[in-house]
Amino acid sequence: MNFVLLVLSAVLTNNFITVKTYGICPFLGVSKNTKSALGMGVAVTVVMFLATLVTYPIYKFIMTPLRINFLWIIFFIFIIAALVQMLEAIIRKISPSLYNTMGVYLPLITTNCAVLGVTQLFNGVTDLGEIVKGVASGVELNLGWAVLYALFAGVGFTLVMVIMSGMREKLNCCKVSKSLAGFPVSMIAAAFICMAFMIFAQIKV
Amino acid sequence: MNKYKKITLDGIIFSNPTFMLVLGTCPTLAMISKGAISAAGMGLCVLVVLTLANIIISALRKVIPNQVRIPCYIVIIATLVTLVQMVLEKYLPTLYDSLGTFLALIVVNCIVLGRAEAFANKHTVLESAVDGIANGIGFTVALTVMGIVCELLGSGTLFGVQIFKTFKIAMFASPAGAFIVYGLSIALFTYIIDVFQRARRVKVNRIARENLLDAKNADTAAEPAEANV
Repeated sequence: MNFVLLVLSAVLTNNFITVKTYGICPFLGVSKNTKSALGMGVAVTVVMFLATLVTYPIYKFIMTPLRINFLWIIFFIFIIAALVQMLEAIIRKISPSLYNTMGVYLPLITTNCAVLGVTQLFNGVTDLGEIVKGVASGVELNLGWAVLYALFAGVGFTLVMVIMSGMREKLNCCKVSKSLAGFPVSMIAAAFICMAFMIFAQIKV
Repeated sequence: MNKYKKITLDGIIFSNPTFMLVLGTCPTLAMISKGAISAAGMGLCVLVVLTLANIIISALRKVIPNQVRIPCYIVIIATLVTLVQMVLEKYLPTLYDSLGTFLALIVVNCIVLGRAEAFANKHTVLESAVDGIANGIGFTVALTVMGIVCELLGSGTLFGVQIFKTFKIAMFASPAGAFIVYGLSIALFTYIIDVFQRARRVKVNRIARENLLDAKNADTAAEPAEANV
């Protein structure tokens, strides 16, 4: 039950793009066609998953006992940057074809709000109910839940990226006035996706 | 002096980070949907971080090795953001709460890193400081204006003061409304800049034509005189 609530919360009701407005730069920049949107979404999901897997234990077992919590921004951004660099090198070595579809987006991810946003979500939180609405209090937040949340938040990110790329491919066929073309019209399209996702806030389990 | 005027105008209008370059969109959308006070506070925080980061980076531009410049910039920016966060938490706790996680996310704001990479590592300290302030003002003004629009339509208040008693469109206090306001603002801004530049071009052309005609008249007037001599 807690698992279902977590999936619903991470993918739909607390979607990173449409509700929390994290990671808008890749959402507007890399959503021109479905293939690149999917590649970017998968890359962000992988990095979010790995970043949480690394930063959560470091925050809980190294930074909190040493009382250097206030340095989390500097620590986390370095961990994410190093992780992205390593991942890029590994993918390039193991599978050049995967690198061509997904690896080219990796350097862009270091400065992505979504990754830093998901890693800082668990700072100092001990109860799962504080992050996932509807879970009864008393369920302890551990590494497993944190990593699952990050994974499904990435899935939600990918979902919205793909929907947006479909809309933008259709928008290419329309005639819009000169000052509205480009960013303004895609933002108005994004507003309609946001409105659709607002409905999911009404879900009660 | 002309150089500083150009940097200032570029930062505030012609390459405005919010409307012309569309950078730093995540905090923009999140803050304008929360209202004018949050938006202005976010803008001022970015202004402080951007100016200090530009000054430090341009002062250290000959020391930082070129290969590792991006990590160096990130350390400087992350330190400044941590400082701003601590100061706000101590002295302005209400603003700190309303900015929430987006205060820490200034680190990954494209504007700060973008100005460091595109401007501060090539220019002097004073020029970089002016550039930081100009871009910060451009960002703050843009956020505040859109925040006012969203707050008025979304909750009928202005900087927390009740203006409309019954009028309220709840959508404008959510990310969906913020997307619409932001998109339409970009369209309006580019349209105004376009009209302004076209008007200036027409004016420049007219002056050039008049000068040409004047020169022609002067020539025709001068020729008989020369002939007489």
